[in-house]
Amino acid sequence: MTVLSISGLRAEIASTGTEILRGIDLEVASGEVHAVMGPNGAGKSTLSAVLMGKPGYRVTAGSVTLDGVDMLALPTWERAVAGLHLVMQYPTEVPGVALDDVLTEALKSRGRATEGLNADLSAEAERIGFEERFLHRPLNVDLSGGEKKRNETLQLAVLRPRIAILDELDSGLDIDALRDCSRRVEDLSNDAENPLGVLAITHYNRLLTELRPDHVHILVKGQIVSSGGAELATVLETDGYAAFTGQDDEPAPSGSSLDDLFRI
Amino acid sequence: MLPLADLVLPTADEEIWRYSRIDQLDPGSFTASHPRTVVSGGAGATITSDRVDDIVEPDVFAQYNTEYQTTTVIDVPNGAMVAEPIVIDHHTVAGSAAFPRTVVRVGEGAQCTVVERFTSEAHAASLTVPVVAIEAAQAANVSYLAVNDVDTVAWQIGHQILTGHRDSTINISTVTLGGHYTRVRTESRSAGQGASLRQVALYFAAGDQMHDFRVHQDHDAPHTNSDLLFKGAVQDRARSVYTGLISIREHAKGTEANQTNRNLTLSEGAWAESVPNLDIRNNDVRCSHASTVGPIDPEQRFYLESRGLQPEIAERLVVLGFFDEVLSQLPALELVNELRTRVATRLSIGGAR
Repeated sequence: MTVLSISGLRAEIASTGTEILRGIDLEVASGEVHAVMGPNGAGKSTLSAVLMGKPGYRVTAGSVTLDGVDMLALPTWERAVAGLHLVMQYPTEVPGVALDDVLTEALKSRGRATEGLNADLSAEAERIGFEERFLHRPLNVDLSGGEKKRNETLQLAVLRPRIAILDELDSGLDIDALRDCSRRVEDLSNDAENPLGVLAITHYNRLLTELRPDHVHILVKGQIVSSGGAELATVLETDGYAAFTGQDDEPAPSGSSLDDLFRI
Repeated sequence: MLPLADLVLPTADEEIWRYSRIDQLDPGSFTASHPRTVVSGGAGATITSDRVDDIVEPDVFAQYNTEYQTTTVIDVPNGAMVAEPIVIDHHTVAGSAAFPRTVVRVGEGAQCTVVERFTSEAHAASLTVPVVAIEAAQAANVSYLAVNDVDTVAWQIGHQILTGHRDSTINISTVTLGGHYTRVRTESRSAGQGASLRQVALYFAAGDQMHDFRVHQDHDAPHTNSDLLFKGAVQDRARSVYTGLISIREHAKGTEANQTNRNLTLSEGAWAESVPNLDIRNNDVRCSHASTVGPIDPEQRFYLESRGLQPEIAERLVVLGFFDEVLSQLPALELVNELRTRVATRLSIGGAR
């Protein structure tokens, strides 16, 4: 049983000092699926970046621990080795660097055997509909949005972290890819031996119809303003942003996207 | 004989030697002698060591090369296909100045690949001054690869002269890893209509090394094309300079010419400069140039680190990936893996931070 514990986390953009996260408290345990939902500018991407230690942000208060180990004190690669994994919203293209070479190094730094990697990769590729020929090609180069997310999901499944942060897994995905990727994540979270804890950061409801969360948190202006079960997402759908701010001058939501719901 | 001690050096005040380390060279400290030269392969070509004295001498180093030349002449008869690469290895011993001269004459419609490798005695100063002249006759197809792997305290000042006649194809590749100061000056002339030239280079300098490239693509006939891709990386206190010029003469209409130079600076103290130039005298042409100098893309680094790769390993993979675009275009594929390993080894010793 692993627990990612985020407590009183405050962070700002290093270059400007603009505070983005203003005291986040969250706890994600193995096998749990948490959704963090919020509008543009709520701090969703900053949260995922800060958890993984991306340069450009400064943590000003609070803590992030994985089974009691201080993640904020570790460089990015050691957080990954400790069991934290980030599925990126826009996976970076790395020209000339093949996926299998990266995963070989990733397994090595975890002290894991690499002999079974090719078989694992083929099996996972088959399972989530990722074309096998991409396995030996440069990372994300010339892949469509959907292929990039399948690639991210495949890496998640091969590396088997303890806690996964999904940053907008659904963006750029067609419905088939969304289903394939969500189901794979769902299966990992239900794994009998090593159930994955999931922190799914998302803008849209549609991910949650595939990846059914146990807990939903609403992130607004760098703070979690409400937490609850899956029903919260439904409240959002019907009542919109006003339900979480107490402001009653909000127009009724007209669209199906949270962009509309959260328009101020 | 011209004594080496009498060699009158140019100065860095001359534009063509700007940025160079020519002021630090002491020719008189070297003794002229033949390198150890071994030639292999080339069934179907005629290979001799007869002197060739009628090569253009654009500077004093080429003059000395004429004087002291260690000659390899490769003649490929009209229509001949030389399948196996011709490999020429030169090794310059400690304290010596070597002047390899390689002349490749490829007949009409003929085809060949030449690989020239330069090494020098380890941990010892030496001076290698190679000249290579390649002439591709009508519809000939020639690939040439020069690999510089001399010691990091050695000097190399080289010259490449390329002439492409009508409908010929020249692919020229340069891999430069060695040298305290390595300079490659390349003068190409597309002399016949439809001549095609492809140039790629990979260079990696660490410690106190410096790599200096001067490249001139001269389009002297209509409907010629040239394409250049140079990629380099510098780490520690190393330096590199790329200075390129595309010239398109008045009568060279319908010509297409590109130059791209990309540089990675892997350390705070490393320095790279890129100076692309265009001189276009005809309006009916397509030209492009692009150059970049900068550190590794932080997004790429973060992506790999977020998979659990240590920073050094992430950096090494990114740099090798950066070079892959050049490596994948080299002729003589059997050498490419060896080169990739060489580059990887060089990357890991410098403490690339």
